Amino acid sequence: MTQDLVVYAVYIGYAIGVLMTFGLILTWVERKQAAVMSDRIGANRAYLRIPFTQVKLVWWGLFHGMADGIKMLLKEDYKPKPYDWYAYMVAPWVVFTPVLLVFAVIPFGGMLHPGQLVPALAGWFGDRAYPMQIAQLDAGLLIVFAFGGVSVIGAMLAGWSSSNKFSLLGALRAGSQMISYELVLALTLLGLVLIYGTVDLDDIVRQQSGRIAGLPAWGIFLQPFAATLFLAAAIAENKRIPFDLPEAESELISGYFTEYSAMKMGLFMFAEFIEIAIIAALFTTLFLGGYNLPYMHDGGFSLPFGVEIAMSHTAVVITQVLVFLGKVFLLCSFQILIRWSLPRFRYDQVLKFAWKFMFPLALANLIVTVLVVWAMTP
Amino acid sequence: MSAARRPARAPYVRKAYWNEPAMGFWERAYLFEILRGLAITGGVFLRNMGKWVTGRKGALTTYYPEETRRDYARNNRGKHVLTQRPDGRPQCVACNMCATVCPAKVIEIEAGFDPADAEHPKYPVRFEIDYSRCVFCGLCVEACPEDAIRMDKTVPDLPSPDRLQMWLGKEELLAWKPERDVAKPYPPAPGGHEGTTP
Repeated sequence: MTQDLVVYAVYIGYAIGVLMTFGLILTWVERKQAAVMSDRIGANRAYLRIPFTQVKLVWWGLFHGMADGIKMLLKEDYKPKPYDWYAYMVAPWVVFTPVLLVFAVIPFGGMLHPGQLVPALAGWFGDRAYPMQIAQLDAGLLIVFAFGGVSVIGAMLAGWSSSNKFSLLGALRAGSQMISYELVLALTLLGLVLIYGTVDLDDIVRQQSGRIAGLPAWGIFLQPFAATLFLAAAIAENKRIPFDLPEAESELISGYFTEYSAMKMGLFMFAEFIEIAIIAALFTTLFLGGYNLPYMHDGGFSLPFGVEIAMSHTAVVITQVLVFLGKVFLLCSFQILIRWSLPRFRYDQVLKFAWKFMFPLALANLIVTVLVVWAMTP
Repeated sequence: MSAARRPARAPYVRKAYWNEPAMGFWERAYLFEILRGLAITGGVFLRNMGKWVTGRKGALTTYYPEETRRDYARNNRGKHVLTQRPDGRPQCVACNMCATVCPAKVIEIEAGFDPADAEHPKYPVRFEIDYSRCVFCGLCVEACPEDAIRMDKTVPDLPSPDRLQMWLGKEELLAWKPERDVAKPYPPAPGGHEGTTP
């Protein structure tokens, strides 16, 4: 019992640590990558000076994220006279919390045997095993959608309670856009659910460790179309360029969080950056074989042509955790690439894109999947 | 009669200035054009990262104080220099014309009296320029009756967290190597009309 508590406390600490780190690092990665993409140098001035010395750690400006955070914390927390004070105060947290909660159901590693990992604790843990996932829920994917839907409420609360026309317009846009793309998001994943026959994310990852016709059975090979649509819809969910209509600077100042300042505004930004990581983690889990390398499973590698490579438990755990983080980071970088390459849609185009382009395509994808699954079922 | 033999002029049709849909099917399908755009930006990113990894510079911009551009124009209006008499004293007679004409009011001159020099008894004790406000218009150079102030090609390069450190005094302005200035000969040609010599 106590053992369970310790393991899950470690998991939760790890998850929060990873998400916060991603949130901080991504602010820097975004600026630096945008700069490199456009032949500039990018943020490189912030440094940490080791106390009592003149040694300055610049590290390519990696500390700009920290500087941003400190700036947000120290700024004046200006409060307008909002229409609804309570909603105004609670809105950033309604946006921020579900983003963190989604990570609870995402598996970031395979089965963990603490007794084998730390031999000193072998007597205490015995042969207990824990999947590296905070909550093993059968309804994993449904939880993801449930929490994903909650953050719309936060955006709308923020816009409604700010007593500002721009905020209200941004909130309206956020509401209609996010609800439209929520639908597309769910429809694209229905095909995967049909193929894997489960919504348990850990089970989905385990099924992707197998292989079909020599290729790893990754979701992106089974459902390439759904993967593309999912990524597009997820970016639209996250309200980033090219879908950043709810906060379009040139039209709505800052959209639904115009009237927020200091750390409350920082929470909105932070939620956006963490959601990049969450989308990357979801995409990894659903389409890119999760925490496993191709042909890898909890015991090691089983390559094609019958080659088996066994690995120790410690090596497997470390590889899986690192592979998961690496995949997530690469996908974050890809999202940033998209954000700095494409121009913003017009508002009617956003909704047209959702309902007249992606929705029918997702439906078509679903129908084809249904037919194929039906034909292949014995 | 001759008008009848003329070929009939086509009736005037007003030209419709409206953008034709210039995009083809594949362009309107959007996805492929997106992939093409991503390939371009991603290619630039990878190219610059490759340059960075191999120690070359990918960016077109410069790390400013550590690194300055090399391609300033030959007649760039940069840092001011005070010209000198052959004995090393400034040619300036502290007439304050440059300070008067300066649109940014950045030149401060304190005049002094030198009884030893009968020809030019008035000289600047202090001659200071505030580069935090200078607009590099060159009007001081044009206003000077003695050709005592010129502008060098090099830029001042005085980045500082404190604007009081962006002042240059007489000593810095006099520290100048005249042989680098090819536009005007130094010392000035005898007769005082140095503009006539090439």
